[in-house]
Amino acid sequence: MNAPPVIVIGNGIAGVSFARNFRKKSSKPILIISKETPYFFSRTAIMYVYMGHLRWEDTQPYENTFWKKNKLDLLQGTVTQINPKEKNIRLSDKSILYYDSLIIATGSIPNKFGWPGENLKGVQGLYSKQDLDSLEDYSPSTNEAVIVGGGLIGVELAEMLHSRGKKVTFLVRENSFWNNVLPKEESKLINQHLLEHVIDLRLNTNLSEIIEDETGRVKAIRTDSGEIINCQFVGLTTGVRPNIDFIKNTDIATNRGILVNKYLETNQSSIYAIGDCSEQQEPQTGRRSIEAVWYTGRMMGETLAQTLTGDKKAYNPGHWFNSAKFFDIEYQTYGLVAAQPTKPEKHFHWKHPNENVAITLAYDENTKKFLGINTFGIRMRHELLDKILCEKKSVFCMIEQLANCNFDPEFFKTYEKKILLKFNQDFNTNIKLKKKSWKVIFNNIILKL
Amino acid sequence: MKLLQKIGLGIFLIGLSSFCSLVLLGKYKLNPKEFQRIINAKGIKSELFINSLNTNLVGKEFSEPFSFSSQIVTAVKEVNKIHKKNREWGKVIWDKPHSLSYDIAKIAGKGIIKENKSLFWLLTFGLGILGSLLYILPNLILLGPPGIKNNGIYFNSSTNRGFLGWFVFLFLVTFYIVLYFFPDYIVNWTYIVDPISRSISGNLASQWFLYGFLYCVVMIVMAIRMYIKYRNNMHQILRTTSVLFFQIVFAFLIPEILVRFDKPWYDFKNAFPLDYDFFFSWNLNSLISSGGFGIFILVWGILLTLVIVPVMVYFFGKRWYCSWICGCGGLAETLGDPFRHLSNKSIGAWKLERWMVHSVLLFSLVMTGLTLYSYFTGSQNVIGIKTQTIQNIYGFLIGSVFAGVIGTGFYPIFGNRVWCRFGCPLAAYLGLIQRFKSRFRITTNGGQCISCGNCSTYCEMGIDVRAYAQKGQNIVRSSCVGCGVCSAVCPRGVLKLENGPLENRFFSPEFPSGN
Repeated sequence: MNAPPVIVIGNGIAGVSFARNFRKKSSKPILIISKETPYFFSRTAIMYVYMGHLRWEDTQPYENTFWKKNKLDLLQGTVTQINPKEKNIRLSDKSILYYDSLIIATGSIPNKFGWPGENLKGVQGLYSKQDLDSLEDYSPSTNEAVIVGGGLIGVELAEMLHSRGKKVTFLVRENSFWNNVLPKEESKLINQHLLEHVIDLRLNTNLSEIIEDETGRVKAIRTDSGEIINCQFVGLTTGVRPNIDFIKNTDIATNRGILVNKYLETNQSSIYAIGDCSEQQEPQTGRRSIEAVWYTGRMMGETLAQTLTGDKKAYNPGHWFNSAKFFDIEYQTYGLVAAQPTKPEKHFHWKHPNENVAITLAYDENTKKFLGINTFGIRMRHELLDKILCEKKSVFCMIEQLANCNFDPEFFKTYEKKILLKFNQDFNTNIKLKKKSWKVIFNNIILKL
Repeated sequence: MKLLQKIGLGIFLIGLSSFCSLVLLGKYKLNPKEFQRIINAKGIKSELFINSLNTNLVGKEFSEPFSFSSQIVTAVKEVNKIHKKNREWGKVIWDKPHSLSYDIAKIAGKGIIKENKSLFWLLTFGLGILGSLLYILPNLILLGPPGIKNNGIYFNSSTNRGFLGWFVFLFLVTFYIVLYFFPDYIVNWTYIVDPISRSISGNLASQWFLYGFLYCVVMIVMAIRMYIKYRNNMHQILRTTSVLFFQIVFAFLIPEILVRFDKPWYDFKNAFPLDYDFFFSWNLNSLISSGGFGIFILVWGILLTLVIVPVMVYFFGKRWYCSWICGCGGLAETLGDPFRHLSNKSIGAWKLERWMVHSVLLFSLVMTGLTLYSYFTGSQNVIGIKTQTIQNIYGFLIGSVFAGVIGTGFYPIFGNRVWCRFGCPLAAYLGLIQRFKSRFRITTNGGQCISCGNCSTYCEMGIDVRAYAQKGQNIVRSSCVGCGVCSAVCPRGVLKLENGPLENRFFSPEFPSGN
């Protein structure tokens, strides 16, 4: 009998990053099981398919021949049961597969909060290929849509529907878009940009009820203020939670997600959990126990692949970074910038008076240590930012290196001088911008300050 | 606004159909005096030919160009057969039949178009330009605030290889076939640009003048579209302006003005081996006989290829040529922009590309080698191969069919850089330098890539940019023309075209940043 394979449940970025990196160092058999799609695709690209920028096949980072060539076996199926004692899993077609190691990378599912009518036709989240397909099905009969939940998926869904000429009403519980993550001024910038794109943004508004028509399809929603808004589609984008319902009745320890230690091991031997579905028992300081973003999924997969090929590594994601795009405004963040800074964190903020360009620097009020940066409409150079953060440089170093940190395309307008002017006024300093230097960018020079 | 666009489209289509129907308007009648002039100018010695045309053509009225052309073409072929059989080499007509027919038709054409050149210019070019602008300009408002404007590209039949795409393909292919091989059918088109040609070069318009003029007009109109589409992106705006400038001034105006001053027609930016006939003996002879200025062109042409091109590629990558200067690139980046995503991204296509483009480079070099050998030795044959034959094969296969018919005609099917990617020998030469000795690269921004695929999809050269970006690797590829669109469409700010030091150029971490 053949040796049982390493089985990966889930073919998202976490599972596939694991499999690819595992294959680089080991020739053991690998089986990737997904119920969603036959091949790995980029979840973040779903929106571009709906908007007509890409075809579905363009979201698949590897050609279909890649998997066979690298001896990565694929199986489309649904895992219904895991038996850690027998080291096997059961699929919905009743077949049983034995594993050498089991990697659970099942990602997330959209949250629902028990709203009346949340299971009506035309009401859905936006996460999976199936969600995209059903959105496509409802689209021709949708003129007006309501989106509930002001996060990243919400704004993407708004852009998608808007691109197809739907009238979009966007219900946001908070008093400003995504203000549990973005500082006030930045959140305001996005509010305004949404209005610029004729999105009917309703702040401080909750969903009370989704109203049904004769056919079981949504025909309107009622907000907590009692207002009725007609719509033929409701997007529920109030966050996601780990997709772990199918292992709830096993011995694998879970909380909100599957509990793992820093080696991504669950409480059961030979079973690991990575990506959105995993929950760190001891997250690094400043980091959350569940971080459902692309990059952390990738990094966990890379880390676990090292461990399972004989080089045991703890998950150490380094400094936080993320990016997003709100319609036309690109957003990047490096390090930690609190939405509402608490002592000793303080913020320096600059916004262009009439363009959608802004920057926030977070620093320690006492030591002036640089903590993090948010940029809107300016691209930043990841490696250099990471270096400044790793070397615990001051906010003065950061501002001095602004030109080196810029990653905008050539010939783009630069804002560094204006930013520096305000910085020097605020801090009563006389810092001069360092000229662009390849030596600094390529890490060959020790930064001062 | 939408209505305005529809009206614009309507006007454009009227302009286009009147342009097409022009071919069938007017009359052709060659009178004996005109015929005599042609015989003298061309130095035709074949009595058989003269008799044949005197019976079948001269004095007769033709209402369309096809039968007119057919009389001449058949006559040329038949008399040549006889003369060659009789070894009367002096009497053989060496002109290409359709070119001779074009020259005769240009004189023989009569009637409404020739008498109303400006009016017909307005009805064709005028309406076409007006219609396109009415279609394009409202996008300034319709497309919403500045940003990436790719909504619905894959839903549109013209940009998704749908019915409209295939129609445009057929139209363009037909246009190029007629332009290159049957110019005598489109004499009427040249009449309407005669006044413009006269005012620049002093001569009547040839089909090449018509093509050059049309090329410029199309590029200007589509550049306006680019300015609107990419108005958030200064890089694209400057690049578009640059290709437009070099096309209009260097490829169109300067050569025509040179002709006015009895200098050889020369496009100063067109580098060998793209300018494949630069070393042909007729060109060398013409340059050498034009005195100091001709010698200057000769030296410039050699310097351009041997020194300027490689040095510039070292500093800036091949983009300085392909995406900022080149006429083929200019058309691809304006008219071709709506089709850029149609390029094939597969590994198979990449393999094919490397075989083809380097074969063409080799072919062009071998052909030029033979040409120069023949030029300096005076021998028409090299190891049994006739230089002229090789030149003809190259001119037909590469110069006409590949660069024109396939290169542009296939825009709506295989994307806008088919020629640049698979066929251009200069691109192959620049690519080798770019790959092995250049400061240019596309830097990948640490670990920010989300593998969405916009970069790969919108790469007109079919580079799978994402394959590099998602690994945190820099992109160094010989085919990259550095248009900058991958960087523009990236939603996460991952890609940047830069010129930097050679060390670190192929940066490729074990894992992307952040881990």
